[in-house]
Amino acid sequence: MTRLTLRNRVERCLRRKAPYIFISPFFAFFLVFGAFPIFFALYLSFHSWNGIATSPMEYIGWENYWYTLTDPMFWQALKNTIVLAIESSVPQHVLGLFFAFILNLGFVRMKNFFKATLFLPYITSTVAVSMVFAILFGYPFGFLNYLFVSLDKLPFFQTIFNWLKIDPPLKWLATPSLMLPSISSLIIWRWTGWNTILYLAGLQAIPHELYEAARVDGAKWYQVFFKITLPSLRPVMQFAITMSVIGGLQIFNEPFIMVGKNGGTSRAGYTLAMYLYQTGFEWGYFGGAAAISYLVFVLILIFTIISRRVLRSDEGVS
Amino acid sequence: MKKSENQIMLSPDVELNKQVDFKKVGVKICLYLPLVIWTVVTIYPFWYMMVLATRSLSEIFAFPPPMWFGRALAENYQILLERLPFWRNVWNSVYIAVMATITTLFFCSLGGYGFAVYEFRGKKILFNIMLATIMIPALLGIIPFFIMMRYFGWINTPRALYIPGAASAYGIYLMRQYITSSVPLALVDAARIDGCTEFGIYRRIVLPIIKPGLGALGIITFLGSWDNFMGALVILRDRMTYTIPVALRSFQGQAQTDYGAIMVGACIAVLPLVVVFLFMSKQLIAGLTYGAVKG
Repeated sequence: MTRLTLRNRVERCLRRKAPYIFISPFFAFFLVFGAFPIFFALYLSFHSWNGIATSPMEYIGWENYWYTLTDPMFWQALKNTIVLAIESSVPQHVLGLFFAFILNLGFVRMKNFFKATLFLPYITSTVAVSMVFAILFGYPFGFLNYLFVSLDKLPFFQTIFNWLKIDPPLKWLATPSLMLPSISSLIIWRWTGWNTILYLAGLQAIPHELYEAARVDGAKWYQVFFKITLPSLRPVMQFAITMSVIGGLQIFNEPFIMVGKNGGTSRAGYTLAMYLYQTGFEWGYFGGAAAISYLVFVLILIFTIISRRVLRSDEGVS
Repeated sequence: MKKSENQIMLSPDVELNKQVDFKKVGVKICLYLPLVIWTVVTIYPFWYMMVLATRSLSEIFAFPPPMWFGRALAENYQILLERLPFWRNVWNSVYIAVMATITTLFFCSLGGYGFAVYEFRGKKILFNIMLATIMIPALLGIIPFFIMMRYFGWINTPRALYIPGAASAYGIYLMRQYITSSVPLALVDAARIDGCTEFGIYRRIVLPIIKPGLGALGIITFLGSWDNFMGALVILRDRMTYTIPVALRSFQGQAQTDYGAIMVGACIAVLPLVVVFLFMSKQLIAGLTYGAVKG
C-alpha cells in the first residue's frame, strides 16, 4: 500500500514536471542560439571590435550607427535593396494572383502539372540557379541577348527597341540601370510559383455560398472580385507580402553570385546584406556590422508594419 | 453590345451556340497562353543548365548559344573534380541537411508536444517570447553566430550549420499547431490512464499521428539547409568542408571561370531534388505551404 502511494507520488511529481522537461531541450538551444545572439549583436553594436578574440572591445556609444548612417555606401545599398525588393515583389504577387485565378477556374486541365512546374523553382539551390541566370544574362552571348538580337531583326521589335532606346546585345549585369531588374527577374522566377500556390489555397478556402449569393444579387464579375475575392484573400496576401518584404530586404545570395561581392559596376547591385557581410567578414568591423544588422532589423520592422497597415482588414473580414 | 443583342433576338439557337463557343475558346486561349508561357519560362533555365553542362567553354560563348546537348560532359566533369573535392562537398551538404532535419524534428516535435498537450505555469509567456522571435530576421544573428562558432571552435565543422538551427521557433510553432489540431486530448488521457508514461505518450501516440506534420517540417528544414549559403560561407573556410553552394561559388572566383564545369556542379545540386519533387510534388507542395496557409 505504501509502495503504491510512493509510486503515485513520484509519478505525479514527474507529470507536473513533464512539460518543462519536454520544452527544456528546445529552450536550452533557443536561449543559446536564438535569443542570446540578438542581445549580443545589440551589445556589440555599441562597441568597436576588430573580431580578433584577444583584442579588447571598446565602448564607443552610438558611433557605429552614426558612421553607418553617414556612409554613402550604406545609403546606396539601402536604395538598391528597397528598389530590388519592390521590383521583385510586385510582379511576384500580381503574377501569383493572376495564375492562381486561372488555376482556380473550373475548366483548366492539367492543374497538377501546372502547379508542379510553377512551384519547381522554389526547391532549387539559389546559388546554382543564380549562376545559370548569370550565364543566361551574359554579354554578349547569353541566351537573353540572343533572343533580343534575333527580335531586333524584325521590324516590329526594331521600332519598339528604337523607341526604348536600347540596342541589343545589352550588358545586363554590367549596366547599372539593368542590374537590379536582371536580379529581380531571378527572384520573380523563383517565387511566383510559391505565391501562386498560396493564393490558390486561399481562393479554394472561400465558401461557394458567397459567390452564389453575389450571383443571385446580380453582382458583376468585377464587383465579385473587389468585394468578395480580394477581401477574402487578405489574410493570405498579408502573410505572403510580409514574407516577401522580410526576405527581400535581406536579399544576399542572388546579387552576390550574379554581380559579385562588390555589387558590380558602381555598386549598382550592392544590397544591405552584402554591405553587412563585407563590413564584418572582409573589413573586420564587427561592431559596425552589428549596427548595420540592427538598422536592417528596424527597416524590416517599419516595412512589415506598413504592409500590415495597408492590408489590414477594415471590417474584421478574416 | 447592341449588335449582339439583335443577333440573339434574330438568330436561331444553333447559331447562338456557335458564337458563344467561339467566345469561350477565345477566352480559354487567353487564359491558357500566359500559363503556358510561364511554364516555358520556368523550365527553360533548367534546360539551359543541362545543355551547358555538356558544352565546352568555347561552345557556351558562341553565337547563337547552344540549344541542344553537346559532347563535353565528361570533360566538364573531369575539370570539376580536378578543381574541387566535389563529391566530398556533396556529402557535406547531404550530411548537414540530414542532421539538421533530424535534430529539428526531434526538438521541435518534443517542444511542440509540451506546448500543445500540457498546462503549466509560464506557458503563455514562454510561448509568446518564442513566437516574437519568428519575426526577427536571420541577418540579425549572423555576426554573433560567427563569433560564437569561433568561440566554440566550430569553424570548419558541419555541426556549426545544423545545431544552432535545431531550435527553430517556426518549427516549434508549426508542431504545436499540428498537434493541437490533430491529436485529441482524450486520446492522451486514455493512454495516461492505461499507464503510459509521459514520454511514452509522445513516442507511441503523438509521433505516429503527426507524421504528415513532421514530413512538412522535415522538407522545409532539408531545403533550407540545402540552400543555406551565407552561414556556410562564413563558417566553412576549408575546401574539404565546403557544401555545394560554397564549392560552386569558390569556382566562380577563379581566374578562368569554367562555366561548363560549374553547370555540371549546378546540375548535381539541383536535379536530385527536382526528380524527388516530380515524384511527390503533391505531398511536397502541401507540406511546404502547410504552415503558410494555416499560419
